[in-house]
Amino acid sequence: MTISSDPKQVKQICFDNINVPDMNTLAVAQKHGAYAFLSTVLKEFNPSKIIDEMKTSGLRGRGGAGFPTGLKWSFVPRNTGKPTYLLCNADEGEPGTFKDRDIMRFDPHLLIEGMIMAGFALDVKDAYIYVRGEFVHEVNVMNAAIKEAYAANLLGENILGSDYSMNLTVHRGAGAYVCGEETALIESLEGKPGRPRFKPPFPAIEGFYGCPTVVNNVETLATVPAILELGGDWHAAIGIPNNAGCKIFSVSGHVNKPGNYEVPMGTSLKTLIEDYCGGLQHGTVPKVIIPGGSSTPWLLGEHYDTPLTYDDLMKAGSFLGSGAIIVMDETADLVAFTRRLTHFYAHESCGQCTPCREGTGWLERVITRVENGQGTQEDVTVLGDAATHMAGRTICALAEGAAAPVLSLLKHFPEDVQACLGENA
Amino acid sequence: MSADAVYSQEARFSDERLSEIAELVKRYPGAQSALMPVLYMAQEDFGYISMDAQKMIAEVLGLRLMKVREVVTFYTMFKEQPTGKYLLEVCTNAGCMLNGANELVAHMCETLGIKQGETTADGLFTIAEVECAGACAGAPVVQVNNTYHEKVTAADMDALITKVRDGGAA
Repeated sequence: MTISSDPKQVKQICFDNINVPDMNTLAVAQKHGAYAFLSTVLKEFNPSKIIDEMKTSGLRGRGGAGFPTGLKWSFVPRNTGKPTYLLCNADEGEPGTFKDRDIMRFDPHLLIEGMIMAGFALDVKDAYIYVRGEFVHEVNVMNAAIKEAYAANLLGENILGSDYSMNLTVHRGAGAYVCGEETALIESLEGKPGRPRFKPPFPAIEGFYGCPTVVNNVETLATVPAILELGGDWHAAIGIPNNAGCKIFSVSGHVNKPGNYEVPMGTSLKTLIEDYCGGLQHGTVPKVIIPGGSSTPWLLGEHYDTPLTYDDLMKAGSFLGSGAIIVMDETADLVAFTRRLTHFYAHESCGQCTPCREGTGWLERVITRVENGQGTQEDVTVLGDAATHMAGRTICALAEGAAAPVLSLLKHFPEDVQACLGENA
Repeated sequence: MSADAVYSQEARFSDERLSEIAELVKRYPGAQSALMPVLYMAQEDFGYISMDAQKMIAEVLGLRLMKVREVVTFYTMFKEQPTGKYLLEVCTNAGCMLNGANELVAHMCETLGIKQGETTADGLFTIAEVECAGACAGAPVVQVNNTYHEKVTAADMDALITKVRDGGAA
């Protein structure tokens, strides 16, 4: 670990070594501190100390829901007689999100080390990384890194001479966005269609093959080694209270330098876009900013100064989500953009809940009519009604995600919709 | 042997594959977890996953054919029909759409004389619009047989198509 022990100096955590050439190889990774502290954790820490450090750290799940990681781990029952499983969610399908890909392809050992530490804390013997099917290169890089880790006794039996043993397997998804939802991911890993399960029971109690299961995002697990080495208090002092640490933001759309940028929580949207992303392609203030992936409500130019935290984005009317920021300048056709997203959600709905299965199709058909100049005022009403009645009435949040762009469009840009309506409207 | 298990000799895994599968199954608490990786193997070996291949896989993993069918049909990356030698998958979702993906697809369709979802008569190319590829900084993104190409221009695609038609590899 080469990160500063002074929290005020910390600019990034997961991306600390992201630009080091050949960091995906064990030799280079170890030269930069990978696994250096692992032996200490396995021999001197115990699971309850690790979970306490994670709670103190204030780390919140980086996959989208923002649930406190230490708390999630503490829900896992002990001595149930059943194995506990650790699943890394690398399904990364939320439009706009592309951060976990970089951790996996450039610094896979950071993720492996985080998983060993998490696995040790949770008494896991078998851990899995569920990677979206399209990431073939990333799967190959992860598998090569895992092979090296086994050969160096960092995985497998009695890791580094300790009593702890863990196996790690990479599992490829096959192009289903809904599998990023943790219970759908579990279904998929069991070799079934990825249809989300009713909760409760939560995976911590009854998950993979009915056993206690923790599902964590790649970025979350990649943050664990720094927290254990430098301490929960260290991590809690980065960022701002209740929004501790750094966060990788995947910025795309109408910016000059799209990419992944890890910054301390609390950095403003404007700073991120102007100072890191080279500003907008056209104009000076964005027309729309989607702050947490396509499923989160839109923010407007007036929110440009909002600090990037879970709390501030919620106050502004949206969510931090996975940290996928889609920026649109004045040239964006918002009706066409929304229609494209409705197509996405209709395609990705797993079909088990009627409001989502039917609603996503309705949204797509009606907004397509509007975009094509054949829409009526009644269609606009139908769009609003359908979107409103889908949200919150289904097993998972996909329907809410599908409704968000439609409701944002109708609320903030009714004139754009009206301008598309047909002559008989 | 159940009626489900009747399939042609072409849809059989090699002995190497079968031992690979036997090892794979051990990594999971249940054999059904190996279904998706095994479907990928079939797709790699046979080019697509025919009904015969699905019957064979059901037998290899000890699953009912319906369990295999529902997985094959649920996930978009499992192909039940052959595609062109080069599958050109263009992301047209949010980030790519904002950076010219629709125009790129239109150009490719015109160049190849096919529609989205179709394969050229020579069997070389299939164009498919796909959902977010998770590489939005490189918009527009085209996957050529599982390899990502980022910030792709119409000229890039023209060059790739010409190269393949001249007998080269993409």
